[in-house]
Amino acid sequence: MTTVDLSASSVRELNARLHALPADTNETAWRIAEPKGAHAVAAGLTVPVSVEIDGHVGYYCGGMNRAADLTINGHCGTGVAENMMSGSVRVRGNASQCAGASGHGGLLAIEGDAGPRCGISMKGVDIVVGGSVGHMSAFMAQSGTLAVCGDAGEDLGDSIYEATIYVGGKTGRLGADCIEKEMTPEHLARLSALLERAGIEADISGFRRFGSARRLYHFRVDNADAYS
Amino acid sequence: MSVDRRTLRPSATFPDHVLAEIHRAADRGVYEIRGFGAKRHLPTFDDLLFLGASMSRYPLEGYRERCDTDVVLGDRFASKPIELAIPITVAGMSFGALGANAKEAIGRACTAMGTSSTTGDGGMTEEERRSSKTLVYQVLPSRYGMNPDDLRRADAIEVVVGQGAKPGGGGMLLGQKITERVAGMRDLPVGIDQRSACRHPDWTGPDDLAIKIQELREITDWEKPVYIKIGASRPQFDVPLAVKAGADVVVLDGMQGGTAATQDVFIEHVGIPILPAVRQAVEALQELDMHRRVQLVVSGGIRTGADVAKALAMGADAVSIGSAAMVALGCNRPIHIEDYRAIGTEPGACHHCHTGRCPVGVTTQDPELEARLDPEQGARRLRNYLTVMVLELQTVARANGKSHVLNLEPEDLVALTVEAAAMAGVPLAGTDWIPGRG
Repeated sequence: MTTVDLSASSVRELNARLHALPADTNETAWRIAEPKGAHAVAAGLTVPVSVEIDGHVGYYCGGMNRAADLTINGHCGTGVAENMMSGSVRVRGNASQCAGASGHGGLLAIEGDAGPRCGISMKGVDIVVGGSVGHMSAFMAQSGTLAVCGDAGEDLGDSIYEATIYVGGKTGRLGADCIEKEMTPEHLARLSALLERAGIEADISGFRRFGSARRLYHFRVDNADAYS
Repeated sequence: MSVDRRTLRPSATFPDHVLAEIHRAADRGVYEIRGFGAKRHLPTFDDLLFLGASMSRYPLEGYRERCDTDVVLGDRFASKPIELAIPITVAGMSFGALGANAKEAIGRACTAMGTSSTTGDGGMTEEERRSSKTLVYQVLPSRYGMNPDDLRRADAIEVVVGQGAKPGGGGMLLGQKITERVAGMRDLPVGIDQRSACRHPDWTGPDDLAIKIQELREITDWEKPVYIKIGASRPQFDVPLAVKAGADVVVLDGMQGGTAATQDVFIEHVGIPILPAVRQAVEALQELDMHRRVQLVVSGGIRTGADVAKALAMGADAVSIGSAAMVALGCNRPIHIEDYRAIGTEPGACHHCHTGRCPVGVTTQDPELEARLDPEQGARRLRNYLTVMVLELQTVARANGKSHVLNLEPEDLVALTVEAAAMAGVPLAGTDWIPGRG
């Protein structure tokens, strides 16, 4: 295992080393110590390596990740795994706002709570939150799945497109064009498989499903209230 | 009974276009969405004049003495700044708003001229990457088609905070233009009206933006210049904040800037013209001692080499054209008249980019219409147009005694109107009076 101590090395030096790895690297296990809230830690990775970060990180940890598997043994700031393409990011603690924003693929597993706008503008990523999420989560979510084992804040799924939301706890007011949909056996199976993939245990019997009513897909005068 | 037409006095408050819009609104109950830019009269670069050389300034010989046009953008932090042969770039226009042939034509023309083109909402197409030697990759609020691999193979990154046609608003792309390819790139269903967000999903204010830019630089190993594009509204505040956030280049887009589809009320009533915005932006950079260290690219209503020269004289480092590039490709050209009429317009007044029925094949995804724009011929037209602009720019610069177009200065300019003098901060012609400065 390669260890990088961020109290002795800069984020730039760390990321440069990670970016320089060839696709068939043998250096597949990395440990990052003392991140102390640094931003953009392990951002823009492109090869299938495992990176374990021991401590709290700042903004955009694992941003635009492709192929790598990251584990954050701590809390993380805004935009963890933003625009992730593939691979996985696991947060052992809590995540701040905009977790998984605009993610295109891969898996983001947050074992604690996530702040507002979790999964905002998501485009295919799967996000599992062991705790609760804040307001306007899955805002303009296009595709992918957001599974929340706890509660979801106000305006969940506002202006949602084709993404799927599962919530185990309570929900506040739903966002524009977001409606509750039937939790079919197929969806229970999908949710179960997703939770298993994320390694997060939950009783799925009480989960509800939310998605788009598709009333805002075309501008119509009868929907004017929803635009204002 | 015959009507004496002299007695028919139209209302200045309710001219024909206002009456028509009220009737349209009453019929349909939805605001007007359209393409192109502001159509109202605005103070423009036409309200400024160059003084030229005389006894106190020596002109350069028109065709013999050198007048250089090269410019470097983004050398503040990036290890690979952009080197352009001419100070005229082509602005971001999305694949979706434009067809693939138009994007390719723009890329080819820019490559031939030694300048840059820019992606747009919806991501980067293979055609434009292949045809553009220098390609600026936009990071937009929607993040449609946002891809780190494209980020890395771009030559510069432009974080779009706003656009002159709609500062404070997000874009639209109506369902009729959402083909399978466009929908696939944006990860949305075919045929739906697409709304682009007005704010970025993962940052809100300038302090966050500084961290976002740090992330973009980390992902691209600090190689690429990072531009910040703002719609002209409060440049005296926005430009310093962009500099503080770490921009290498600020792109300032005036309200004359075009759009593929936006509410008419936004296009005509939000933002300020580029004329005062340039002055405010330059003053802000000068106050920070960052003028020329953070380059300023201005856009919105640039049409001629004279416009370019005036923008540079006011302190810009380069300009960007969007609508004018489309016009060079054929937009509003008087051909295929019946097709203009079929969508309810005429050449010269067409702003129907939003319909996807562009009669000249520029802003369409329809294969039959798009075939009307041959990428090679389109590139030739745009290249010719850019060449003319550069020749005009050099003509004006030489006439003012400048051996490099970036040596043009405010002292070379006067204003024709009190308003333009105040906005541009140059004297009213025939006086030494700049309104607001004593």
